[in-house]
Amino acid sequence: MLGLRLYLLQRITALLMAPLVLGHLAMMIYAVQGGLSAAEILGRTQGSVFWFLFYGTFVVAVSVHGALGIRAVAHEWTGLKGGALETVVWGAGLGLFALGARAVWAVTFA
Amino acid sequence: MDGFGGMTSKYLNVTIERGSDAESVQQAFEVPAYENQTVLDVVSWVQQNADPTLSYRFACRVGMCGSCAMMVNGVPRWTCRTHISKVLEGNSVTIGPLRNLPVIKDLVVDMDPFFDKWIAAEGMHHSGLTREDSIVPVDEENAARVAANAGIECINCAVCYAACDTVAGNPEYLGPAALLRAWTLLNDVKDEGRDTILNAVSANGGCHSCHSMGSCTAYCPNELDPMSAIAGLKRETAKSFFKRVP
Repeated sequence: MLGLRLYLLQRITALLMAPLVLGHLAMMIYAVQGGLSAAEILGRTQGSVFWFLFYGTFVVAVSVHGALGIRAVAHEWTGLKGGALETVVWGAGLGLFALGARAVWAVTFA
Repeated sequence: MDGFGGMTSKYLNVTIERGSDAESVQQAFEVPAYENQTVLDVVSWVQQNADPTLSYRFACRVGMCGSCAMMVNGVPRWTCRTHISKVLEGNSVTIGPLRNLPVIKDLVVDMDPFFDKWIAAEGMHHSGLTREDSIVPVDEENAARVAANAGIECINCAVCYAACDTVAGNPEYLGPAALLRAWTLLNDVKDEGRDTILNAVSANGGCHSCHSMGSCTAYCPNELDPMSAIAGLKRETAKSFFKRVP
């Protein structure tokens, strides 16, 4: 269900996510060592351009990658195609992006 | 009667799925068991002795022509080279038409979609030479030639096509056999259709629709490896995409 361009987009976002997932897991393990509180997290992330870019990139990659995965599953399992399929794919992608972007914004610059 | 390779009766319980796409029924037959008997022998016995209206397809009987593939207990197989003792469940076997293709009647499917996709994948020779040119030498040691040789023994039986769950879910998908042929031609020094092939397999339903589930490679009766060929096409199309980007 993916042409060459969408296929490449899904692979490239996967390549982006691989180190980000590892970084995210490592960070979680490190961060909970001294107990976990909202103040501690926000103290580290508030105003940080690095964490904004780290999780911002992550959210964009997840939105694209996930939406393309749903594209193949929706087409093969439900037979959706054309405008209906595009609507589902864009809905999934934009929905994931909205959820993720809101969270990233909340812990960095809000 | 253990001389029958595990068969316990003089008769086999054979169920054949009959009819067309619109209307299909299962019909049971008792077929005499022999020591040496292929699935195709069983189907032929039914047609010759029990019901002459049974339709099925075969030609060479030695695994070369690719005509006799059917679903045997839900698994796609070349019936002329499949011994019945290897597929019996107890003393029973169910034989049906190939999956993923329209049924014409009984065990005969319409192969048109399968071969149309060979053409759509550019699974044909692309020549740039004339009869005046000398023949291109073929280096059998060359890596591309080795890759081509690995896939050229396809007999077009459509077992891989019937085994493929991506074909089942995505009717546009070209399928393993067509893409394997595209891959062999891409690696053939005598074929000059490189860009044509790469474009054809990059279109909707092309190699990028494959999920690498591997049923094609698992079920190919000639032990070819379409899944790896499709992976090769994915690599080559990606490389060629980035070369085209300035």
